[in-house]
Amino acid sequence: MTDAVIQLRDITRHYTMGSELVRALEGVSVVIRRNEYSAIMGPSGSGKSTLMNLIGCLDTPTSGEYWLNGQEVSRMSDDALARVRNKEIGFVFQTFNLLPRATALQNVELPLVYGGMPTRERRDRARQALDRVGLGNRMDHRPNELSGGQRQRVAIARALVNQPSILLADEPTGNLDSTTSEEIMRVFALLHDEGQTVIMVTHEPDIAEHAARVITLRDGEVETDTIRQSAA
Amino acid sequence: MALFDAIRMALHTIWAQKLKSFFSLIGVLIGVTFLIAVVSIVQGMNVYMEDQFANRLVGLNTFQLLRRPSIVTGNVTDEVWREWLRRPRLTYADADYLSERIGTPVIFSRQCDGRADLSYNGKVAKDIGLTVSEATYFRIKNYEISSGRAFTAQEVRAGVPVLVIGDLVAERLFENVDPLGKMITIGGMPYRVVGVVAKQGTLFGISLDKFAVTPFTSPGRRLVCPANVIEEFNVQATSVPGMLQAMDEVETLMRSRRGLKPQDPNNFALQTAEGALEGWKKISTVLFAALPGLVAISLVVGGIVIMNIMLMAVAERTREIGVRKALGAKRRDILAQFVVESATLSTVGAMFGIGLGIGLAFLVRALTPFPAAVAPWSIAVGVILGITVGMAAGIYPASRASRLDPIDALRSE
Repeated sequence: MTDAVIQLRDITRHYTMGSELVRALEGVSVVIRRNEYSAIMGPSGSGKSTLMNLIGCLDTPTSGEYWLNGQEVSRMSDDALARVRNKEIGFVFQTFNLLPRATALQNVELPLVYGGMPTRERRDRARQALDRVGLGNRMDHRPNELSGGQRQRVAIARALVNQPSILLADEPTGNLDSTTSEEIMRVFALLHDEGQTVIMVTHEPDIAEHAARVITLRDGEVETDTIRQSAA
Repeated sequence: MALFDAIRMALHTIWAQKLKSFFSLIGVLIGVTFLIAVVSIVQGMNVYMEDQFANRLVGLNTFQLLRRPSIVTGNVTDEVWREWLRRPRLTYADADYLSERIGTPVIFSRQCDGRADLSYNGKVAKDIGLTVSEATYFRIKNYEISSGRAFTAQEVRAGVPVLVIGDLVAERLFENVDPLGKMITIGGMPYRVVGVVAKQGTLFGISLDKFAVTPFTSPGRRLVCPANVIEEFNVQATSVPGMLQAMDEVETLMRSRRGLKPQDPNNFALQTAEGALEGWKKISTVLFAALPGLVAISLVVGGIVIMNIMLMAVAERTREIGVRKALGAKRRDILAQFVVESATLSTVGAMFGIGLGIGLAFLVRALTPFPAAVAPWSIAVGVILGITVGMAAGIYPASRASRLDPIDALRSE
């Protein structure tokens, strides 16, 4: 498949917690194509967080291969992974994870700062990204001056500013009320329509419903992998 | 990440936590304050000692031949003191002998000093320094005559009772009156005032304007030294090498005149501005030698405090570090961030220290007669020390931050 963004081949991830060996993932193989909108579901302990960390290049597998956009990232060094995260992955977290003392604009600029972009250019890019999520008039506000939904939209702008291959969202609506959740889901749907590959980890079925493809995990293995025709 | 961004971010953090920042900076602040203040004060003292003290008391390119040193900054043992008192006095004959034989181009003046009461028209100026000397005395002392004139060589030869007075004497005795041509009585004898010396200011808070000078041939000589005796023989050359050469000559001439054997020590003293400063130089050397130690102690303490603060900051901001790593910060980005933050913190402390140090120096200048000369190099050293201490203190916490696992860091509360 030439348009595969993510290819996971027989991924295992084991780690020790205390004296106990935890088998978080046991032979997971998943292919995600460009412009797919997928949700990863599963009960706690199913390994979905571990999978998300691997997909997000925050972690490397114990065995197996992970190809992201044509590069094998499963054997990369820490700094190489940092570069991949910077260029290929846009993170959206449950708790937003904005820097509290920085303005919305400065938060959105951050990935570009680490990408080494000159000040003027990165400011323009960050402004565009904020405009895109409808926060063009909130650029100089700090996170504590913004509502939950606005904060998550700043986080989405930050995730998108480097034009990543995948938007990786971890429980993006976990800290939001249902109205705001719907608002965020509309943003995701819009981005998906514009061609963005979106992967979202959630345990809420009604949120997962927004995705075209739902992968469920159980005990470190893929339990179901369903693609719906008329989603979002 | 750009240095400027890192510094701005660090300043932001410092400003957000003013009190905490102040306490974390106090070690570096005290260290640098100390550095600046001590250097300024000691240098000020140096300038003072050289410009004012020695050159005013002895004179530029000048040395004095005396029975014993008159400017003593160290301790003198009883034994040395007794030896000084056993030495023969200098005489007019000695002065004539020397002035006939010195080959180097120099000017001389014989001089004796004492104290006397001066009175004019019922007013009395008590305990005024009375100097008897020659016409060259004014040139050697670099005295500027503010009104009237100095006495002349002819007047000295004739022993005319004329008087040149200091500014303070003129002020005391001649309020609203022109002192020139007026008769001042000293020891029952009248002297005509021919000149007033321009104001000299103070030395260690003591006025340098309470004096009167009269020819050493005038009757006033009897008030300050015995017949044929001189206290000081001043020799002024036109340059430092000339002065050193003349000093050599005087030493040789005096030794042969007094029949001293090669192993005998001099039984006279040759005093220069430089020599008079030796005692002070010892003190300032000790101060400068002790300074690095004192500054180092404060800076080490300051560094440890900053290291602790940075370790706390890393612990508090673990999640932020996780976020930054998730967004693509490499180890060295995180390392640089915390090192720059620590260095900025410390440099801010150093800046306040410099300000406070300069303030202290100016306070000393305001409260004492010493000028405080703030040395530019000490400011540069202060800034460099601030940056260095901050970087050194920041490296360990920063490397801990840079080695955090992004997943654990993101999970921390």
